[in-house]
Formats: sequence, C-alpha cells, structure tokens
Amino acid sequence: MVELWTAIALPGLWIVAKVLMIVVPLLVAVAYLTLFERKVMAAMQLRMGPNIVGPWGLWQPFADGLKMFVKETVVPTNSNRVVFLIAPMLTFILALVAWAVIPFGEGLVLANLNVGILYLFAVSSLGVYGIIMAGWASNSRYAFLGALRSAAQMVSYEVSMGFVIVTVLLVVGSLNLSDIVLAQQGVWFVFPLLPMAVVFFISALAETNRHPFDLPEAESELVAGYQVEYSAMTFGLFFLGEYANMIMMSGMTAILFLGGWLPPMDIVPFTWIPGPIWLALKVTALLFVFVWVRATFPRYRYDQLMRLGWKVFLPLSLLWVVLTAGALVAFDWLP
Amino acid sequence: MMLQSIAFYAFAGVLVGSAVLVIAARNPVHSVLFLVLAFISAAGLFVLLGAEFLAMILVIVYVGAVAVLFLFVVMMLDINFVRLRQRSMRVLSVGAIVGLVLMVELVLVIGTLIAAPDAGAPTAPAVAGVTNTVALGDLLYTRYIYLFQASGLVLLVGMIGAIVLTHRKRVGVRKQSIAAQVGRKRSEAVELKKVTPGSGV
Repeated sequence: MVELWTAIALPGLWIVAKVLMIVVPLLVAVAYLTLFERKVMAAMQLRMGPNIVGPWGLWQPFADGLKMFVKETVVPTNSNRVVFLIAPMLTFILALVAWAVIPFGEGLVLANLNVGILYLFAVSSLGVYGIIMAGWASNSRYAFLGALRSAAQMVSYEVSMGFVIVTVLLVVGSLNLSDIVLAQQGVWFVFPLLPMAVVFFISALAETNRHPFDLPEAESELVAGYQVEYSAMTFGLFFLGEYANMIMMSGMTAILFLGGWLPPMDIVPFTWIPGPIWLALKVTALLFVFVWVRATFPRYRYDQLMRLGWKVFLPLSLLWVVLTAGALVAFDWLP
Repeated sequence: MMLQSIAFYAFAGVLVGSAVLVIAARNPVHSVLFLVLAFISAAGLFVLLGAEFLAMILVIVYVGAVAVLFLFVVMMLDINFVRLRQRSMRVLSVGAIVGLVLMVELVLVIGTLIAAPDAGAPTAPAVAGVTNTVALGDLLYTRYIYLFQASGLVLLVGMIGAIVLTHRKRVGVRKQSIAAQVGRKRSEAVELKKVTPGSGV
C-alpha cells in the first residue's frame, strides 16, 4: 500500500499541482485579456470601455463569466447532440494542453519534450476539429459555412507556418523549445529572420481566426459562423479557447523569434527581472498587436485570404527556407 | 513502470474500440471522428514506445491534414445511407477476403516472432545520446536518400495528376488583378475637362 502511495499517488499529485500552477494563471490571463482587448480598443476609438463593474472596470471579466454560467445552455433539436457538446470542450482542452511544453524560464517547463515545437504544431493543427465539429453538429447553414471556411483557412495557413518553423529549426538544430530559446542568447531570431517573423505572426492571426482573418465568424454575412447555435457556457468555452489560443500563439512567437524568457540584453538592470516576467511582457506586447490589428484593419475577402496564404506566404517561406539553409551551409554556421 | 502499463492499456483499448466504431458507426461523419480518435491513440502508443517524432508526425499529417480533408468530403457529400448500406452488403465478400488475408499475414508474422525470436529482420540498436529525431534523419537522408526522393517524386506526380484531372479553365470569369489595380495612375483614371458655363460636357 505504501509502495502504491509513493509510486503512483505522490508523483500523480505533484503533476496535478504543476498543471494547476499553469492553468489557473492562464485562465486569469484569458479573463483579463478580454478586458485588455476592450480597454485598448476603446482607447483607440476614443471611448471609455468597461468602467462600471469595479474600479476601472477591473471586475468586468468575472461579471461576464458569471453571466455565462447562469444562462441556459440551448441545444438545437436538429443538432447532433453529442458532437455538438463535445466540440466546445475539445476547443477549450486543446487550448490548454498546448501549454504543457511552453518553457517559462530556464528549466521552468512542465514537459521538456525533445519534439516540443512539433507538439505545439500538432495541437494547433487539431484546433480545426473543434470548429468543424461545431459547424456540422449545429445543423445550420451559417454554422456550416463558417466551419468550412475556417477549416480551409487553418489548413492553408498551417503550411506556411510549418515552413517558418522549419527555418527556425535549421538555425537552432533542435526541436526542443528550451534549446530554441537558448540559441537566441546572442541575437533574437526576429533580426536575422525578420520576414519569417512577420509571416509567422500573420499566419498566427489567421490560425486563431482573428481580425482581419475572422471570416469563420464574420458577423455581417454569417451571423457568428460556427458559434451561431451556441449559448451560455458552451459558447463561453469557445470564447475562452479562442483567447487562450491567442495567448498561446503570442507565446509561440515570443519563443521562436523574441528570445522567450531571455532579457533583451545580458546586462545588469535587465537581468534583475526574472525570466517568466520577460516572457509575460513579450506576450503582452504581441497581444497588444493582436488587438491593434483588430481595431485598425478591415476584414479580408475570402479569395484574397486564400491568395495571400497560397500565393504569397507559401512561396516566400519556401524561398526563405532555401536561402537560410544555403547561408548556413555556405558560411559553415550549421549548429 | 506500472503507470506506463496503465497508459498502454488505456491507449490500446481506445484504439481498438474506436477502430471498431469506425466501421460500426451509422453516420459516416462519426466514422471519420472515430478514425481521428484511433490516430491519436496510435500516436499515444508511439510516445510510449519512445518514438515521439513519429507520434507527432502522425498527428500533424494524418489528423491535422488528411482526416480534415476526409471530414470535409464526407460532410459535403449528400450521402444516401440506405443505398450505402445495400452496397456495403454487396462488397462484404471482398472485404471478408481482404480481412482474412490480413489476418493470416499477421498470424504468420507473430508466429515467426514467437517460434524464432532471432529470425526476424534485425532492428537497429538505439544510438546512445542521440534523440530519435536525429537518428531518423541520419538514416533517412544518407542510407535511404534515393527511396526518400523517389517517394517525394511519387507524391509530386500524384499532385500534378490531380490538378491536371480536375482543373479546367472557366471562360467569362472576371478576375481581380491586384497589380493592375494598384498600378493605376491618376492620369489613367481621372480626366479633367474645362467646361464652359451654359454648355454640356
């Protein structure tokens, strides 16, 4: 019995504790990201934003969350009930499990996988299932159209994202996320690989279905796309998943191109601040760009979106893979 | 060790169960979703074997791309379920033969392994200090480079074939030329006319 306790229960509990240490701050961050978005957009449009609930509207996310909880979950009669209910859960869970491999600092990582970046890529490519299942199970025209658009969009942009990741991997010589960050001690990859960083960030916008690529939920033509039949907490899970994905994509950009937890320079005032805070600052800056883009750009037309993905980003990223590989071999810089 | 065996039986159980449901499910969309579940469980088994690269590639390629396209097609097609059932009854004999052949092959393979454990093809010993991604790359790009290139060519031919077979030039479609739009100058678009009062343009 004692053996069982030490062999299974204790390590199991320790893992659960570590998972909670990541998930709870993440959920709080998601809640405050919604407020951040509304406040920043309000400021850009010369409005106040939420300011009634709590000081400066700081308790607004919790009021919204409470509202979601107490509303009624409506399941349409003609929907495919089980798939309809699994879809939002899947979206939410996938947004959470990706965080298992994100390194918050030197050695501060839940699972130090050797193929960490592939794991992230795999999880983000699974995200399309939540949306396509929701669209199909709703048994509604709008939802189905939104889901189809979304699936095509995510599959298209994944291709160029894959090539961007390949470029970074060529430079680093490892698939481990901690190694990728540590390889940037000299210079952040955003400088030598600037075009790739831009392509990656724009693809991240498309991958998370954010403005200006939010065609799956374009409210003027599809009402709300795949979410149209969802209400209360089932909608809430989609919402949380989408925002958690935004944070995830920003984190991925920060790790791949902005040096993850590393300070900008290895000198005294910067090194006083611990690594996780640097990562959080970088993620916040990238999230600000997410919101900034939303407040300033009109939505893409669907054929233009496809054109950008397949005819611009794909050749560009392929070219950069070849160029990077060529430069690495020519100057003998291979890791 | 015990946690590992628990994980193995969980993944294996889900894999077999979902594989059965792929063919048993009435709704083809459910079939595809169970297929996805089977792929993911297989990836879990790969991870338990220590082949994490294969596991991730399985998820990225099969689940993230191939199965999405399956799902696309199955959702878009207006399938007559009754007709489908009748046809599947007709091809049952063919399916049974294929299944039988597969089973005999599996029994032969496992039987040889049990009867003579050393007779099988020698598996490469694990290289110490190298992750399996590196080991796989080393082998794939040196020893098997021609086979690797050939499989790439096969895929390329398949892709070009699909495009040639399905692509047709539609006439009478007005296409947007972004370069032409952006490249338009003021002198081409606007014309200033001096209009004297009292007379038309």
